[in-house]
Amino acid sequence: MALSVTDIACARGPAQVLAGVTFSVAAGEALILRGPNGAGKTTLLRTLAGLTPPLSGTIEHADGAIAYAAHADGLKTQLSVAENLTFWAGVFGAPSITAALDAFDLHDLASRRAGELSAGQKRRLSLARLLVTGRPIWCLDEPTVSLDAGNTARFAAAVEAHLATGGSAIIATHIDLGLPTARTLDITPFISRRLRQDDPFADALT
Amino acid sequence: MMGLLKRDLALAIRAGGGFGLSLAFFLIFTALVPFGIGPETGRLSEIAAGLLWLGALLACLLSLDRIFQLDWEDGSLDLLATSPLPLEALAAIKALAHWLTTGLPLVVAAPILGLILNLPGPAFVPLVLSLLAGTPALSAIGTFGAALTVGIKRGGLLLSLLVLPLYVPTLLFGAMAATRGAQGLDPTPTLALTLGITLGCVALLPFAAAGALRINLR
Repeated sequence: MALSVTDIACARGPAQVLAGVTFSVAAGEALILRGPNGAGKTTLLRTLAGLTPPLSGTIEHADGAIAYAAHADGLKTQLSVAENLTFWAGVFGAPSITAALDAFDLHDLASRRAGELSAGQKRRLSLARLLVTGRPIWCLDEPTVSLDAGNTARFAAAVEAHLATGGSAIIATHIDLGLPTARTLDITPFISRRLRQDDPFADALT
Repeated sequence: MMGLLKRDLALAIRAGGGFGLSLAFFLIFTALVPFGIGPETGRLSEIAAGLLWLGALLACLLSLDRIFQLDWEDGSLDLLATSPLPLEALAAIKALAHWLTTGLPLVVAAPILGLILNLPGPAFVPLVLSLLAGTPALSAIGTFGAALTVGIKRGGLLLSLLVLPLYVPTLLFGAMAATRGAQGLDPTPTLALTLGITLGCVALLPFAAAGALRINLR
């Protein structure tokens, strides 16, 4: 198993949002997270990425295996497309950004400042960052926001290529990505709305 | 790690990066002093060393809220936190980048501005040395304050309130070194104390800043 999650509870701020979440993702497998707005998809992904520690339960994966892509693009608007990617390639120790530029058709934009890009182009640049991380497990939060149909297909192809090389992906999305092998996990049954038990004010507020 | 430093320096220098603003503030602050205190050279030269230190400290304060806030707003702080770079190293590099773009120019400008305030001749070398020894502590403490307040909208004022009291020891010993030089006394002990504070801050505060970031990114 590339990633295995056992009975975790996730919190956002003072509130527990999800409880009893259990699933696993194998190498070469994609998992689509579904759930209504506010269900806790982002919270779950932030927990998997290690930004928020789980309240309880265990998350098992290899060290440094997870590449996280959030709602925000995380781009520096004053830097060019190539400079943005080169920076992340340096952080993750990737040798070259050419493959990433290829996958999201960014060659023509490489010398443009990120601040001059359209929302969809920024999204493509942000997704291209995943390829320079070289990490096997992608945790993606609504990756296709502002992408047109052609670029959504391009993104799906990038995910397929990633899976084919033994990677895995956990993707929170509301649209059909057209990934034939993807499993779907509806997180609605795990929704658990209450104050976290380790909150010092929990007693006072109940 | 070098990549992050290079990126931060490039961002500071490019349009909208704010490089030079602190320096301009320092210049204006120093130029305003004679208007407020009066142009008598005797009175000015007595307080020049302390004023230059105070000006450098306030100029440094101006740019602190940019250290993490911009990265937090565009989402790159989350991505950096999930990268192989330890948050402690991130905080240390951010402090270094802040010092290179803010503290170091202030050190270079201080002797020139010393002329405006009629700083006594023997005080120039101790002033520059004390700023060189003390301003890295201002950046390190400021980075810790910025990590504490990251994510708070318009947290700049809160950041100042948190950080200014922590600047007291550096200001005290730094300004004293320059003043002792002006009075013809040996500034070495106070310089050593300033440097000691800086070394302590640089060694310890990145860990505190990383802890604060971890909590604020939850």
